[in-house]
Amino acid sequence: MSLDLSSDTSARPTTRYGSNSGQPLTRRDGILKVTGQATYAADNHPAQLAYAVMVGATIARGRVTAMDVEAASRHPGIIEVFTPDNAPAFAHDPDEKMPPFGFRLELLQNHSVRYAGQPIALVVAETLEAATEGAHLLQPVYETDEARTGLENGVQFDPQAVGVGGPPSTSHGNLDTAFAASETIVEAEYSTPAQYHNAMEPHAVVAEWNGNHLTLDMPNQALAMSCASYARYFDIPVENVVIRSPFLGGGFGSKAILNGPQILAIAAARKLKRPVKLALTRAQMYGPVGHRGQTWQTLRMGLSADGRLKAIHHRSISATSSFDDFLEPAANASLPLYAADALLAEHKGLRLDIGTPGPMRAPGEASGSAALEVAIDEAAEACGLDPLEFRLLNYAESEPGSGRPFSSKALRECYERGAEVFGWQQRLRAPRTMRDDNGLLVGWGMGTAVFPCPMFPAQARTTVRADGSVLVETGGVDMGQGAWTALAQIAAEALGLEAHEIEFRSGVSTLPDAGVAGGSGHTASAGLALSNSGLDALAKLAEIATNDPDSPLFGAGNIGVLPRGGRLVRRDDESRGERFADILTRAKQSEVIGEAKSMREPGNAEKFAMYSHGAVFAEVKVDPDLGQIRTTRMVGAFAAGRVINPRLVRSQYYGGMIWGTSFALHEAALIDHRTGRVMNADLAEYHVPVNADVPSLEAILVAEDDPYVNAIGVKGVGEIGITGTVGAIANAVWHATGRRVRNFPIHIEDILGL
Amino acid sequence: MAIQGFILPDIPSIAVQISTSLFLNGVRMSLSISLTINGDARTIVLEDPRVTLLDLLRERLQLTGTKKGCDRGQCGACTVLVDGRRINSCLTLAMTVDGAHVTTIEGLATGDELHPVQAAFLECDGLQCGYCTPGQIMSAVGLIAEGQAVGDPERVRELMSGNICRCGAYKGITEAVLAAMEKDATILKERDAA
Repeated sequence: MSLDLSSDTSARPTTRYGSNSGQPLTRRDGILKVTGQATYAADNHPAQLAYAVMVGATIARGRVTAMDVEAASRHPGIIEVFTPDNAPAFAHDPDEKMPPFGFRLELLQNHSVRYAGQPIALVVAETLEAATEGAHLLQPVYETDEARTGLENGVQFDPQAVGVGGPPSTSHGNLDTAFAASETIVEAEYSTPAQYHNAMEPHAVVAEWNGNHLTLDMPNQALAMSCASYARYFDIPVENVVIRSPFLGGGFGSKAILNGPQILAIAAARKLKRPVKLALTRAQMYGPVGHRGQTWQTLRMGLSADGRLKAIHHRSISATSSFDDFLEPAANASLPLYAADALLAEHKGLRLDIGTPGPMRAPGEASGSAALEVAIDEAAEACGLDPLEFRLLNYAESEPGSGRPFSSKALRECYERGAEVFGWQQRLRAPRTMRDDNGLLVGWGMGTAVFPCPMFPAQARTTVRADGSVLVETGGVDMGQGAWTALAQIAAEALGLEAHEIEFRSGVSTLPDAGVAGGSGHTASAGLALSNSGLDALAKLAEIATNDPDSPLFGAGNIGVLPRGGRLVRRDDESRGERFADILTRAKQSEVIGEAKSMREPGNAEKFAMYSHGAVFAEVKVDPDLGQIRTTRMVGAFAAGRVINPRLVRSQYYGGMIWGTSFALHEAALIDHRTGRVMNADLAEYHVPVNADVPSLEAILVAEDDPYVNAIGVKGVGEIGITGTVGAIANAVWHATGRRVRNFPIHIEDILGL
Repeated sequence: MAIQGFILPDIPSIAVQISTSLFLNGVRMSLSISLTINGDARTIVLEDPRVTLLDLLRERLQLTGTKKGCDRGQCGACTVLVDGRRINSCLTLAMTVDGAHVTTIEGLATGDELHPVQAAFLECDGLQCGYCTPGQIMSAVGLIAEGQAVGDPERVRELMSGNICRCGAYKGITEAVLAAMEKDATILKERDAA
């Protein structure tokens, strides 16, 4: 049987027949979204719904000694007030981690408080208004211990792991020798703040029990994994848990891991035998649902006389909570990018009285790249080289350390195309030499973007029916990246159909497990599973047809067949073939079902280093009198394997670059060290970019044909846009003003007195 | 107590107790309001004066297209038109809009035909997760109706800056608003010519 569906990926042509890939289709879910019909978790209203409101601690460390449960309970409409004194019991100890990614949670297991915003009670009422008032009436009284919320009073430790199970230290070459052989050494310290995901949709859940069956409407980036975790907390079989998450109002990593408030609402629904809805307030999203932890980084670079990197030593102190570990693997950002004889990336942890950090869009890469790309700019400056010239001089032709070849790396083209479109050649080398017509200082800066290409186990199913219809299914996650559209395009391509010709089901946990939507790996992982399941269904159809003497494809088994517009045709003569429907009808089969899993070819995974790359160029203008900084123009060129849908991919890059702008100039959670509370826990004072902050964006898609990364040639585009951008803007600020700011975000006060 | 489109579970004590706070000089205040929502005249009995227009729409009338992002007037996700003006429905008590005409995202399209602003958002990919989208679109509709910023991208960006999009779909949003403005101007011109 030699169907042209071979796993020999190197033989795959770049352009495919009937391909939906590469087409800029508008979003399949777009009409629902622009008409208000897309249903997010909190839009659900089962009958008999009760409303829950969480109460968060207003101290960062200590104990709750009293709450006025009586006053709250007396308020009209209150159904139940849950506190540690009547807390629901759980089958899993919340102080134990839940593998693989679950954190220690606060489920009212005791009266202690370990961070501000920690759940200390849950009030359930007939209406949202009553629950809100009941929560207010609780007026908790505390015994308060001193909060440790800064570098000065936190406890440093040597971590076991950073990020998600990564080693805390990685090195190659001999660092001492390489520094000794260096002509110039550049060293500086950088800091990055605590940042909060702030998805527009607050974390919400509508939980409904039917006996021991649990249905959850909730935004969720990891359906199957979450079902398993809820099953363990509530001691029910995993198949009894259904999560419906057709649309997420943004995730950015904050909706992949279980959190306390949602579990408490589910427990309340069970206890009260009524559906319960909980939606966090904006302020409550600054505590129990993760954040990007603070880092304090040091970069030391050794350079030869001609500007070559000899040594890179990247250290990060990464903040985590007092009771659990998630450390920004910031120093690892230096691992894959620039060639150096020796490198050491290492981490220390810092325990603070804060909610446990978690993965937030480009965890580690964003914070680490922010420091690295500024350090590279400083190194170029020290060598008297143009920043682009310096980067090209230190271009890694193979993966630093391992020496493995890259599966593909079109970074050089990204530099070239980006620089050309931006006009980089017109840049004057020295800082503070460019001004616009209004006398504003103009600065141009650049940064390199890089992001790995992880894949997660995923499954999918394709059903080809005798009536000619095709159903493809996987429990995918669309948090705005466009899974409803891009995954359908990949599935359609495998079947030789147009995307609108297939029915695509996704977004619910009862479908085949599409894995985690994270790590920029969802399109590749779920997409490959869908593609493979389509190929499996076609192989089954071909098996029937080529063995059927009445089929025009009879005997074509050795030649092979191809899918063409709902038909299977002979590979050597595309005029000979028949419709999927006819094959099934004659065989008296109602359908064939193709099933598949996705997996990277292990040999390729071993042999090649796999990354997406990009180059970001930024222009800022600075008012010399006021110090006001505006990003006026950004151009990013990115190479990330095959582009499934350029319209949606551009949107991912724009979004990433805006996140980079935000990191560089806007967002930071500020803690009042006297109370341990975030002072700006709202969208007025926690600044994220608005429309006027990003006047001009351009994303260039650099073609890259990668036969090794996976069989569909897809890398990932969701996170890379942040990396590179932060440094590009910071370097542009230096170029405009001559001030090298190493603490993010860069504010007016950092450059006052120009 | 029955509210249009919403059946409150039967708990007599609530009505009795809440109503005590609604007596003014011994006269019971009426909490009945009349609204026209997306062209439909509706009379709504509120059992609670604390209900915001946003929560009225979402939790009691099942018009969930309008979103709650911050409940503090800081993000714009809850933007609706009240008598043609853009407002944050989360900062508006339902009782204060008695007699008003309210337009929400559900009221824009005509049958299967999208409103030009909706169509432009789809075409320009002025959305990602979609959560801020109803508010963005209602703001854009209001902005265009006000006749502001026609053809001026910088003014459009400024005037759309009350609506936060965390996904960062701003480029597409600006393009969509400009495209819809242009279309609107063409329609007006044709109408004037006729």
